[in-house]
Amino acid sequence: MATIVEPTIFELSSPGRLGVTMPASDVPETALPPKNLLRSDLPLPELAEVDVVRHYTKLSKFNYSVDDGFYPLGSCTMKYNPKINEDTCRLPGFLYTHPLQPIETVQGNLALMFEMQEWLKEISGFAGVTLQPAAGAHGEFTGVLMMAAYHKARNDTKRTKMLIPDAAHGTNPASVGMLGMSVVTIPSDSRGNVDLKALEAACDDTVVGMMLTNPNTLGMFDENIEKVVNMVKDCGGLMYGDGANLNALLGIVRPGDLGFDVMHFNLHKTFSVPHGGGGPGSGPVGVSQRLVDYLPSPLVGIIEEGDDDLEPLYGFVTPKHSIGRMKAFHGHFGGGLVRAYTYISMHGPDGLKAISQFAVLNANYLQARLRSTYKIPYDRICMHEFVMEGQFEGSDVRALDISKRLMDYKFHPPTNYFPLIVHEALMIEPTETENKDTLDRFADALIAIAEEAKSQPDLLHNAPHSTPFGRMDEVKAARELVLCCWLPENYETLK
Amino acid sequence: MNVPSNLKYTKSDEWFDPANGAAGITDYAQNQLSDIVFVELLVDEGETVEVGKPIASVESVKASAEIYAPASGTVSAVNKGLADKPETLNSDPFGEGWMIKIAGGNAGDVMDADAYTAYCDGRAH
Repeated sequence: MATIVEPTIFELSSPGRLGVTMPASDVPETALPPKNLLRSDLPLPELAEVDVVRHYTKLSKFNYSVDDGFYPLGSCTMKYNPKINEDTCRLPGFLYTHPLQPIETVQGNLALMFEMQEWLKEISGFAGVTLQPAAGAHGEFTGVLMMAAYHKARNDTKRTKMLIPDAAHGTNPASVGMLGMSVVTIPSDSRGNVDLKALEAACDDTVVGMMLTNPNTLGMFDENIEKVVNMVKDCGGLMYGDGANLNALLGIVRPGDLGFDVMHFNLHKTFSVPHGGGGPGSGPVGVSQRLVDYLPSPLVGIIEEGDDDLEPLYGFVTPKHSIGRMKAFHGHFGGGLVRAYTYISMHGPDGLKAISQFAVLNANYLQARLRSTYKIPYDRICMHEFVMEGQFEGSDVRALDISKRLMDYKFHPPTNYFPLIVHEALMIEPTETENKDTLDRFADALIAIAEEAKSQPDLLHNAPHSTPFGRMDEVKAARELVLCCWLPENYETLK
Repeated sequence: MNVPSNLKYTKSDEWFDPANGAAGITDYAQNQLSDIVFVELLVDEGETVEVGKPIASVESVKASAEIYAPASGTVSAVNKGLADKPETLNSDPFGEGWMIKIAGGNAGDVMDADAYTAYCDGRAH
């Protein structure tokens, strides 16, 4: 095994070594706070600047990102992030502004936000959009707050149940739990649709609404979507759409037209904003006409109409029954909104539609190439992703082993063990940004690994073999939660 | 797969011992979850539980799961040591891995060992 060991920054530390030499103080010294307010023990690492730079540069080379290669992490839409986004979000007018500036001095920023609201409304078929939420789950929480406010305003206070399919993202029940509502799980049927009988049994006058991802996490577009929406509406509930899988629908289906009342967008999935460390994310929320008055405050609006010669004056407006602020300022402006605005501008309406068409085509191509090697329990035309089983009859190879072995073939593994309704799930979302050569190499690797699973299963059990670090001990990591680089003196008593 | 014949079983993979009211998760459940790394009992002695209500929350390296009461009644004992040794659920789910005891427990919709074995086989592939 090619083990490259880089010590931790604490191990590289040497007492007295400095990165910066401070000049002698030219102000009088003052007494320190009382001893009981001071920490006696704070072992910060001591290194020179060059040591720090080399340490983190080495660590960065262990990383794998969408700029390194294929990243088929299902439900995360790890598409390539165009570099022009990086140019536009660093334009001085966007970069060097402050959210507390007078609106007259940031009209360009407000115009961009206003247009972004309009574009997201057009893309989704909704009547209003807030750009505030920081990311997807924050958007969910915002949406569910609005649903609760809607029922409360109608004195419909016995509604406490949220219907959530068993294929849902875990964030859905978590968002609902944050609001003290209860979750009723609705099973999926044998074709991967919402089980209509179970839904019918759960629909009553205590239902807040339903949170549905469509296409769902199996990559299946619900064949009975209109029935599902009508059943929920007939019992007085609202329909929440989880926009995590919007990459399958752009320019083809609008959730607002299907009867959804609210949906969050993941700009860091569908609209090419980088994920995680390259982020931050951004989770705008769209709502139907009956929820527009509850949108968070403020929204960007036109406060003085323009004419042929004069641009309108953009400013902030507050919806009539707003649930209030969801974030200190206006959402992730530069990191999220400007990048996503750039992406939408670069593609235009026809380009956005092509994105979804190619995303669906790529997923179906991979599914077709892998279907005879891996079991696909919900095997029909998929949307932007599909889920297969990472196990073989009579073999002790598991999905985790296949995923780890894929790293030896220089691919990021797919999502493992989700959704829970598929045994040993491997959830694969290629996105539209991959060419056929890449898809073929990936399919070839998975077919080769299936062969290895039969002929030399230990090769998989012990994978990966070519990465700087081998198989991590996930059980130990989860059971012994030692996250400090050093153990506190009283660690034994803390245990 | 171990399925003791003296116990009753739920569709959500809990077991219930009508003789002493003990309840826990089945061998099938622990095998599906794989290595269990966290367990939290959600009820305490003296509380009443109802069939289908959560009694525990379990996390493995693969997934998290709620464990539901297989019977209604009053909780007469809880296995307090379990939280410190979640791996007991993997090694001895029907013995040391018991979760709670339900006094006067009226079991809900439960299966006998043969029916549960057939139910698990049906889900295997």
